[in-house]
Amino acid sequence: MANNSSLSTTPGLDQWIQFRENGRLSVANGKVDIGQRISTAVALIAAEELDLDPARIDIQTPVTGVAPDEGITSGSNSMEESGNAVRHAAATARRHLLSLAASTLDTSPDMLEVDDGLVVARTTNRSVTYWDLMPTGSSFGIEVDESAPIKPASEHKFVGKFTPARGMEDLVSGHAHFIQDLTLPNMLHARPVRPPHYHSRLLGLDESITNRLSSEGITIVQDGSFLAVAASDEYSAVRAAERLFNAATWDTSIGLAEGDMAKRLLDEPRQSLEVVDGKPTDNPPPALHASPEDAALTLTAKYDRPYHMHGSVGPSAAMAIYENRKLTIWSHSQGIYLLRAAMADGLEMDPEDIVIKHAPGAGCYGHNGADDAATDAALVAKKIPGRPILLKWTRDNEHAWEPYGPAMTMVLRGSVDQAGKVIDWSHETYSDTHMNRPRAGANRAGPGRLLPLNYLSAPLPKPVASPNMGRHAGIHRNLDPLYKFPQTRLIKNLVRSMPLRTSSLRTLGAYANVFAIESFMNELAHGVGDDPIEFRLRHLDDPRAIAVLKAAGDRLSTRNKGKSIGHGIAFAQYKNNKTYAAVGIELEVTDAAEINLLYAGAAADAGQVVDPDGLSAQLEGGIIQAASWTLYEEVTHNSAGITSRDWDTYPILRFGNVPEVETIIINRPSDPFLGAGEATAGPTAAAIANAVFDATGIRVRRLPLTPDRIKAAALDD
Amino acid sequence: MTKIALRVNGDLCEVETNPDTPLIFVLRGSLGLMGPKLGCAQEQCGACTVLIDGEATQSCVRAVAEFEGKEITTIEGLSKDQLGQTVQNAFISLNAAQCGYCTPGLITTATAFLKKNSSPTREEIQKALETNLCRCGSHNRVLAAIERAIKEGHHGQ
Repeated sequence: MANNSSLSTTPGLDQWIQFRENGRLSVANGKVDIGQRISTAVALIAAEELDLDPARIDIQTPVTGVAPDEGITSGSNSMEESGNAVRHAAATARRHLLSLAASTLDTSPDMLEVDDGLVVARTTNRSVTYWDLMPTGSSFGIEVDESAPIKPASEHKFVGKFTPARGMEDLVSGHAHFIQDLTLPNMLHARPVRPPHYHSRLLGLDESITNRLSSEGITIVQDGSFLAVAASDEYSAVRAAERLFNAATWDTSIGLAEGDMAKRLLDEPRQSLEVVDGKPTDNPPPALHASPEDAALTLTAKYDRPYHMHGSVGPSAAMAIYENRKLTIWSHSQGIYLLRAAMADGLEMDPEDIVIKHAPGAGCYGHNGADDAATDAALVAKKIPGRPILLKWTRDNEHAWEPYGPAMTMVLRGSVDQAGKVIDWSHETYSDTHMNRPRAGANRAGPGRLLPLNYLSAPLPKPVASPNMGRHAGIHRNLDPLYKFPQTRLIKNLVRSMPLRTSSLRTLGAYANVFAIESFMNELAHGVGDDPIEFRLRHLDDPRAIAVLKAAGDRLSTRNKGKSIGHGIAFAQYKNNKTYAAVGIELEVTDAAEINLLYAGAAADAGQVVDPDGLSAQLEGGIIQAASWTLYEEVTHNSAGITSRDWDTYPILRFGNVPEVETIIINRPSDPFLGAGEATAGPTAAAIANAVFDATGIRVRRLPLTPDRIKAAALDD
Repeated sequence: MTKIALRVNGDLCEVETNPDTPLIFVLRGSLGLMGPKLGCAQEQCGACTVLIDGEATQSCVRAVAEFEGKEITTIEGLSKDQLGQTVQNAFISLNAAQCGYCTPGLITTATAFLKKNSSPTREEIQKALETNLCRCGSHNRVLAAIERAIKEGHHGQ
C-alpha cells in the first residue's frame, strides 16, 4: 500500500505515464485544472524527474475510466497528492528506462546521462532515446515505486523556475476552450427552468404556451417540478426558458426562513462537538468555565460571516449525450468519479454506462453548480436520445441555485496574563454544512445532493448533514489555532436548520475562523497595549510561522502611513499543515466609511516551490477574492427566495478598488511542497478588519465591511 | 427570421436570424466566434465585450439588428491587430489569467481603451476596466500586462 493516496488507488505506472509518437510524453492525473495551474506544475515535476523539456509533455484531461481516480480537486491537496504521485511515477519511469538503456548500451545505469530524453553513455558516447526504449504502444508493466530515487533540489532545472502557464495562448485569443464553447454536430441548446425558490413545487403549466413552444420546435422536458427546454438555436432556448417559466404555476406556500442569520445560528438547534488537535471528538463538549483569576484581561467577542457565493463569471454548463443506454457527459465538476457514482445511483444506471469527461469551466473555487448542471443535462439528454445537449445555466440560475458558502458565527473568549501571554482561549463556531458534494453516504446521500434530483416526480430527498469528523474539515477548518495556548476550548456547532443550500466554498470554514481568531488576537494585543505582531510571536514556536509573519510585518512597516490610513496584519497556516501565510494590508477609510484598498502584501512558505509564478498567482488570487468577500459580499434572501440574483444585487470587487499586491515567497527546497490555493483568504479578511481598526479605532466584527456595518460598529463601541 | 448583413473582423457576412437576438448569440452561434463569452446577459460583467466601430461594447443584450452597417471586432479579430497582439502577448508574458473566462473581454476592453489613450495612468486603466469582472483575482497582473503593453510602444494608430 503506497503512502500516497493517489498511488494506493492507481498503482500502475502505465496509468500515469505513457510515451507517445513524435517525441511526446503523456502524463495523466486525476486533479482537474481549474485555473490554478496544476497541469503546469505537474508537467514541471514530470519533466524534472525524467530530464525532459516540459514542452514535450501533454497533460491529459481527466476522463472517468481512464484517468487515475484522485477524488476531488479540493482542499489545497493537489500538489501533495497528484504532484507527489507524478513525481514518484516519473522517478520510477526514469529508473526503469535507465536500466533498459544500460543493457542496450552495455554499461551500467550510473554511467548514463539524460538530456531531453536522450540517454548517453558517458564513456562510450553511445546513446538511445526514451522513445527507442519505449516505442509507442509499449507499456512499463510495473507499479510506481515510492522508493525510486528523487532528484535532489540542487539539481533542478525546471522546478522552481519561472514558467509560462499552460494554455495561455488559447485563453488570450478566445479559442473555444471552455465547456460553454463546446460544439457538436446536431447539438441542441438547453436551459433549465427553476422554481421561484427551493421549496416551490410545480402545480401546472399553461398548455396554450407549452403547445405554442412545441409548435415552434422547442422540446419541453418535465419530470415533477424539474423543467427544462431544448432548441436548436441558443437564443431560442433562452427565450423558451423565460416563456416556460411564465407558463408555470407554482406552489410557493412554504417560504424560506427569514431574519438575522447570525442570530439564527445561535438560536437554532445544533450538534456540538469538541475539537481537539484539529479533530472533532465524541467527548461531551465542555462548558465554558469562569475566566482565570490571574487574568489581567479577559475579552469576549462575536464575529459573523454571511452566506457567500462562488460567483463564477461563467455560469455552470454541461454537455450530455444519451445513446444506446449509455451517457457521455462533459462537465467542469471537480470530482468526476464521485459525480459518476452519484449520477449512476440517481439515474439508476450502471456506472460503467456513464463516461464523464472533464472540460474547463470558469473558475469555480469549490463546489459550484457544475455537478448539478451535469445532472440537468443528463436528464434532458435521456429524454432526447442521440442528440448532444449543451445545457447552460443563466446568471440568475447560478446566483440563486449554486450551493453557497455557509453563514458562520464565531464566539471567542480569551484571557491574557500580566506578562502578555494568553492563558485561556475559547472558540465556538456555528455553521451549516460545508460538505454537500455528491459523494456516497447513507440514504443515497450522493444523488440526493444533485439539485435536479430533488425536484423529480420521485424526488430524492436532500440528505441530512452529518458532522465531518476529519482533521480540519468543514466547519472546524482552522478552528484550532497554531498559537501555543496553555488552555483551549474549541467547539464546532453544526446548525442544520439554516435556510439556504450550502456546500464547499474555497477554504470552507477557515476563512471565517481565521477572520475571527486573527481579529481577536489584535483585540487582545490592543487590550494589553501590545504590538499585534509581537503579541503573536510570543505565542508561536514554529520557525516557519515566525518567518512569514516577520517578513510580512517588516514589509508593511516600510510603508508610510498617512491620515485615515490603516495597517493590519494577520497570519494562518492553512489547515495547520499546508502553506503558511501572513498578509499585510494598507487601506484608507473615507469620511463616508468606504474602504479603499491600497496595498496587500503576502509572505508565504509553501515548502519546495515548483512553479513560483503559479504559486504567487494563487496567493494573489486568494487575497483579491477574500478582499471581495470581506468588503462587499453577502447573499441575501427573503421568504420568497434569493434576492442576490445578479452582479448588481450581489456586487463583487471591481478593478477600481484593487490594491497593489505583492508576494514574498520563502522557498524551502528541501521540504515537501504544500498546497497554497487557500492560504491567503483567511488572513486577508482579518488583516483588512485590523487595518480598519488601525485607521479608525472601530472594530468591525460583522462581515461584509460595508459603510453601513462600519457605522453600526462605531455606534456599538 | 431575417437576413442581416454584418461586418465582423473585416469580413462581410450575412446571417439569417431573429433580428431581436442579442449580438453575442449570432457571433457565437451563427459565426462560430467563441471569443466573446456569455457571463451575465445583463451587461454587468464584460465577458462578452466586442468592439463596435472601435468602442468597447457588451454584446449580450443589444439586438443584432442594431449593429448592421457597423464594424464589429471580436477578440479573434484583435488577434490580427498590432495593438491587440501586443496586449495579448503582455497577458501571456505575465500569466495574467487564471481560469481565463474573463480574459477575452478584458483584452478587448483594454485594447479599445489604449487606442484612445496611449499613456494612461493606472487609475485611468482601472476605471476603464470597471465594466469587467474577474473572479480569480488576476486583477494586478491584468493591470501590469496593460502597462507592459503600453511600454512596448506599439500602440497609437
